[in-house]
Amino acid sequence: MTKLQTLPAASGSSSAKDGKSPRRRESPGSLAFSRSARIKGLVKHAILIIVGGVMIYPLLWMVVSSLRPNDLIFREPGLWLESLEMSNYTDGWSALTHPFGHYMINSAIVVLGSILGNLVSCSMAAYAFARLQFSGKKIFFGIMLLTIMLPFHVVIVPQYILFSQIGWVNTFWPLIVPKLLATDAFFVFLMVQFIRGIPKDLDEAARIDGAGHPRIFLRVILPLMVPALATTTIFTFIWTWNDFFGALIYLTDPDMFTVPVALRAFVDSQSATSWGSLFAMSIVSLLPVFLVFLFGQRFLIKGIATTGIK
Amino acid sequence: MSAIGELSTMTRRKGPLSKEEKKANGRDNKAAYVFLLPWLIGLVAITVGPMLMSLYLSFTDYNLLQPPEWVGLDNFVRMFGDARLHNSLRVTFTYVLVGVPLQLGVALLIALVLDKGLRGLPFYRSIFYLPSLLGGSVAVAILWKQIFGTTGLVNQVLAMVGIEGPGWISDPNTALGSIILLHVWTFGSPMIIFLAGLRQIPVMYYEAAKVDGATTLQQFWRITLPMLSPIIFFNLVLQIIGSFQSFTQAFIVSGGNGGPSDSTMFFTLYLYQKGFGQFDMGYASAMAWFLLVIIGVFTAINFIASKYWVFYDD
Repeated sequence: MTKLQTLPAASGSSSAKDGKSPRRRESPGSLAFSRSARIKGLVKHAILIIVGGVMIYPLLWMVVSSLRPNDLIFREPGLWLESLEMSNYTDGWSALTHPFGHYMINSAIVVLGSILGNLVSCSMAAYAFARLQFSGKKIFFGIMLLTIMLPFHVVIVPQYILFSQIGWVNTFWPLIVPKLLATDAFFVFLMVQFIRGIPKDLDEAARIDGAGHPRIFLRVILPLMVPALATTTIFTFIWTWNDFFGALIYLTDPDMFTVPVALRAFVDSQSATSWGSLFAMSIVSLLPVFLVFLFGQRFLIKGIATTGIK
Repeated sequence: MSAIGELSTMTRRKGPLSKEEKKANGRDNKAAYVFLLPWLIGLVAITVGPMLMSLYLSFTDYNLLQPPEWVGLDNFVRMFGDARLHNSLRVTFTYVLVGVPLQLGVALLIALVLDKGLRGLPFYRSIFYLPSLLGGSVAVAILWKQIFGTTGLVNQVLAMVGIEGPGWISDPNTALGSIILLHVWTFGSPMIIFLAGLRQIPVMYYEAAKVDGATTLQQFWRITLPMLSPIIFFNLVLQIIGSFQSFTQAFIVSGGNGGPSDSTMFFTLYLYQKGFGQFDMGYASAMAWFLLVIIGVFTAINFIASKYWVFYDD
């Protein structure tokens, strides 16, 4: 119920998700008409299958190639697999200073910290913007919207100086602390949009019962904005897991490498013969994102449709 | 409403406060600032503070070891004479001006094909969307490096039809093109925004047009495109801002040096090299502010131009 009310653009798309929006249904016209419509449909499917196939092919090929002996990667463009070669995975797993699992744990720590930070800090800020009246609200809200579009590079140099002076280089703090301070303003905006769609009567009722703002926030709003929290969680997961630039700058000690910088170290160190294990670890690194995509697609698509995340 | 839509209505709407706003003014100040506290600290310490600091640093010579030394406009003067910087601007502009329209064009085209009550839409949508989730990762950049290499997948396929392809990423003429292609490959997320937009166009417009005997093409030009123009605008603004900041793909594909012969030396890559390779923090800060100005100008041009082609129904 709340979903429909709070995400107008997305609910529009989700109710028509299966392409059955009424205006598209062909009117019961003549036979000739329906035949030409069918041909048109076939052409469309053909286009989509070709485009989709070309797009996905490189990914499939990478998966297959990671299960092939190395030399085949340079002369076998097909997807046929004659034997299953797991050595790429075992070699790749132990190719760097630490086993690859070490980097995945590092990434997981940063991801979990970032998710927690975004959920707490962004939802608090969003509650204030969506429900509370305070002086300077308009200006702050405008600033918040502007920071969404601010290029990261403008702040990175002083941020680096700041964090290096505190002694935080080669720790996860520079990657996590900004999230605890709601600097991913995008999610603040997403949650503001969502909270605005929750009926105010609910707050009023709670207030009449004597609840203060912390209580309304925790007991009324937060449980109702679970879909927005889920969207935030999923996007934070994917972005943080893939984040290269931040990790490249702050993590220079191999002990602290997250997956993207570990992969980069792998590329730099590899000889031309280890593409197989490089592919294997690339696939291992994409696996969590792929799983999140499989199970969280609904929230991803909704989030994009309503807010236009990148 | 999108963040951009919200911003533009904020600047458009002027006038006295509404009754509700007046009545409530100042009432929740204390609670509000408590809720906003993390965000406010972040704004000051992580965003605005560093922004001002980097503005200051852009007028200094600073290498992290010695204290910053004021040099006035030296860094900006240096930028004028820096041929590599000019080249990096050319590379970045090419990437943005070719990559963004191409990506949005494909996104719109596929969205149009998908929108017509097609069977299997969720499946297709997933297939098209997946690359945009993976596209920013180092892993996909590694894949790209192989595919467009001398003995990569593309050339293997070309060899099957008897064509001997160049080493796409080792040839300065095609290296940037390969990275642009990677950007186009991630058309899935704008496509989803387009799909949502297409669904919002009232059916009756098309029915009326059909009654009047309008062809499919006419319907597209006269109904779909104008009605979709706010969404196109929104995508355009977002993608341009995002593309100016692209970094990972060029970094990985070129092995971190923007090669071959600086043909993939993005502005951000050069900034990284100056700031974190040579620790020329003053110069890097000046470059960062220059980037901010460029993005600001582009966004402003976008907003001004939008008055002539974006159609608002309200």
